[in-house]
Amino acid sequence: MRHIISLLMENEAGALSRVAGLFSARGYNIESLTVAPTEDATLSRMTIVTRGSDEIIEQITKQLNKLVDTVRVVDLSDGGHIERELMLVKVRAEGILREEMKRMSDIFRGRIIDVTDKTYTIEMTGAGHKLDAFLGALDKSAILETVRTGASGIGRGDRILKS
Amino acid sequence: MELTGAEITVRCLAEENVEYVFGYPGGAVLNIYDEIYKQDKFKHVLVRHEQAAVHAADGYARATGRTGVALVTSGPGATNAVTGIATAYMDSIPMVVISGQVPTPAIGMDAFQEVDTVGITRPCVKHNFLVKDIRDLASTIKKAFYIASTGRPGPVLVDIPKDVTQFRAEFEYPRNISLRSYNPVTKGHSGQIKRAVQMLLSAKRPMIYAGGGVILSDAAKQLTELARLLGFPCTNTLMGLGGFPASDPLSVGMLGMHGTYEANMAVHHSDVLIAIGARFDDRVIGNPEHFYQEERQIIHIDIDPSSISKRVRVDVPIVGNVPEVLTEMIKLIKASKEKPDQAALKTWLTQIELWRSRDCLKYDRSSDIIKPQFVLEKLHEVTKGDAFVTSDVGQHQMWAAQFYKFDKPRRWINSGGLGTMGFGLPAAMGVQLAHPDAMVACVTGEGSIQMNIQELATCKQFNIPLKIILLNNRYLGMVRQWQEFFYGERYAESYMDTLPDFVKLAEAYGHAGRRIDNPAEVEDALKWAFSAEMKEKLVFLDFRTDQTENVYPMIPGGKGLSEMILV
Ligand SMILES: Cc1cc2nc3c(=O)[nH]c(=O)nc-3n(C[C@H](O)[C@H](O)[C@H](O)COP(=O)(O)OP(=O)(O)OC[C@H]3O[C@@H](n4cnc5c(N)ncnc54)[C@H](O)[C@@H]3O)c2cc1C
Ligand SMILES: Cc1ncc(C[n+]2csc(CCOP(=O)(O)OP(=O)(O)O)c2C)c(N)n1
Ligand SMILES: [Mg+2]
Repeated sequence: MRHIISLLMENEAGALSRVAGLFSARGYNIESLTVAPTEDATLSRMTIVTRGSDEIIEQITKQLNKLVDTVRVVDLSDGGHIERELMLVKVRAEGILREEMKRMSDIFRGRIIDVTDKTYTIEMTGAGHKLDAFLGALDKSAILETVRTGASGIGRGDRILKS
Repeated sequence: MELTGAEITVRCLAEENVEYVFGYPGGAVLNIYDEIYKQDKFKHVLVRHEQAAVHAADGYARATGRTGVALVTSGPGATNAVTGIATAYMDSIPMVVISGQVPTPAIGMDAFQEVDTVGITRPCVKHNFLVKDIRDLASTIKKAFYIASTGRPGPVLVDIPKDVTQFRAEFEYPRNISLRSYNPVTKGHSGQIKRAVQMLLSAKRPMIYAGGGVILSDAAKQLTELARLLGFPCTNTLMGLGGFPASDPLSVGMLGMHGTYEANMAVHHSDVLIAIGARFDDRVIGNPEHFYQEERQIIHIDIDPSSISKRVRVDVPIVGNVPEVLTEMIKLIKASKEKPDQAALKTWLTQIELWRSRDCLKYDRSSDIIKPQFVLEKLHEVTKGDAFVTSDVGQHQMWAAQFYKFDKPRRWINSGGLGTMGFGLPAAMGVQLAHPDAMVACVTGEGSIQMNIQELATCKQFNIPLKIILLNNRYLGMVRQWQEFFYGERYAESYMDTLPDFVKLAEAYGHAGRRIDNPAEVEDALKWAFSAEMKEKLVFLDFRTDQTENVYPMIPGGKGLSEMILV
């Protein structure tokens, strides 16, 4: 099962390597990991997307909690949550492709943020499957480069993760 | 007043009432050593290899319950310490390791004797710190001691760059510390404790499985009271020996790969199993699929939530500190009108006696070659069961665990989780320094002792009169045993050829020694070693034991508790 885990950590040097090290040392799968400081500069927030059986996910949350720098751990998949990912895609935009790419970007609510006479760079946010769908809808040979941030997640409504 | 980082470091150790620092100097820690030279609050023990510094601090911690302290230099000093740190980590031993680091501007420049110590040790410490700012030094050391000794204990490393030991800052040692990200639970959930007590009181074939957590939390008293109050049989893990008196009729000895027949059968056939500070290790339960029993219910008390339901699903998890949880249980049991079904319990204990009568630890007592088991029985007799016994890793370790019957906690000191050969001698140094008047025996093998043999010099320098009980089988015996059982008797590289003359070696280091070849001389040699005459001396006894003796019972890898190989 896919799980999306949110983590508040002390914003200390090495916090990221402790988390990454934990996943590799224990052989846990890590699909994506995003990290950045929060409005409180002493805290950083991570979102980890992982896969595993219920037993493994239970161990992952316990092991994350056990890290001395960990302030809070929440498995967002346990309740209502929203996740978003940012993707930048550079596509070929010459000849007939130029119009086509603009149209596709609009349909998927992307924004063209850089233009040359040969390329467009499209910015798009959404759940991972939406970004996948966009890429799937494009002509493979037209995609020059993609970069994705991995998911960031937050609980719905008054599910709030605070220190 | 402003102090240098080196002064602050030393003052912090004094504030923590540190008695011994085990260490080895080098460039990055010279400022700290200079301050150690000037003070008399704690003693420094100069080992001969950094691994031994950490093991000695570890032995000290295990024998006292206090936090052990080791000090090493950067680069090779730190890498030499890693085996010791990992050993302490696997067995949850409270320890603070201070390592020197190259000056902050040199970090990352491939400087002389630079390694990423925090990176290298990260997976084998409870936590670690790199102190980049002198103003954080005192509070970091305070945190290190706090983290090491609370919750599930473990080693904490503090890496201090050399320039930080020179800079000055105002010194104030924090009295208290609280960390928002670290709040170990101590009291167990009262609802879960009630459920557990209900389950215990209705058990027909109950079994107590007690581990190292009982020793670490000084809960032997509560455990013993619980078992006797209920009349329930108790088995201990290798790390839990001494947590329940081995001489008590309710004790069935150790369980697991080399546990007794009665302990393994009882755990296998129990209907309610209560695990107390034990972590269902693979050397204990073997294959979890073979271990699983449909009708058995499991209660698990552990301070570390990640120990619970890691390898085995449990029915009643209780996250908490063993003595507090057991005290609560005892209170509830005493207050309850219910009593366990006495008839069922009697039948169960009779069954256990039947298993016990299988006499699974028997060996050939009429042999004219020295049997290792015999040496250990005699060691128990001569020391009246009152010695601190450290061991290395191998067959001798298992025989010591099986044959030296521990009645008290913190007497049995060995590397269970990492299984580190070379642990025994330096650990015994820490134990003997902690308990100068106690009898301390290091049970070892000729393979293991050679891994830290240089510490005989440390023992000489600091007058550490421990006794080395070498069970010399001229084999890496545990390896040889596996090769005999599972590798068609192909003894690849397990023979210890060209051994030194250990007696002469001991003498060369300034100690006394004796070689023992006949069973008839065993008792005499032990009496000599522990005599008043030798009280102040380290004695090295080289027992030439049976080369082909094996450790029984044995559960082969991947099997279950009832699938033992018996003698
Ligand atoms: C050659 C060899 C053979 C071995 N054979 C065996 C064998 O036959 N049988 C055997 O038992 N072992 C054997 N071992 C040892 C084995 O590898 C493990 O080290 C050992 O079984 C673990 O013991 P434990 O479960 O008591 O846990 P420990 O490693 O002692 O862990 C302690 C547990 O208690 C918890 N704890 C700590 N403090 C507290 C507290 N205050 N309150 C509550 N809980 C706490 C911890 O979180 C942890 O889960 C062998 C080792 C070697 C090297
Ligand atoms: C540092 C280290 N290296 C290798 C091993 C693997 N090992 C486990 S037991 C053993 C043999 C130990 O031989 P010895 O000390 O003579 O003890 P014996 O088994 O003969 O009693 C070995 C090599 C280990 N546990 N530790
Ligand atoms: Mg040997």
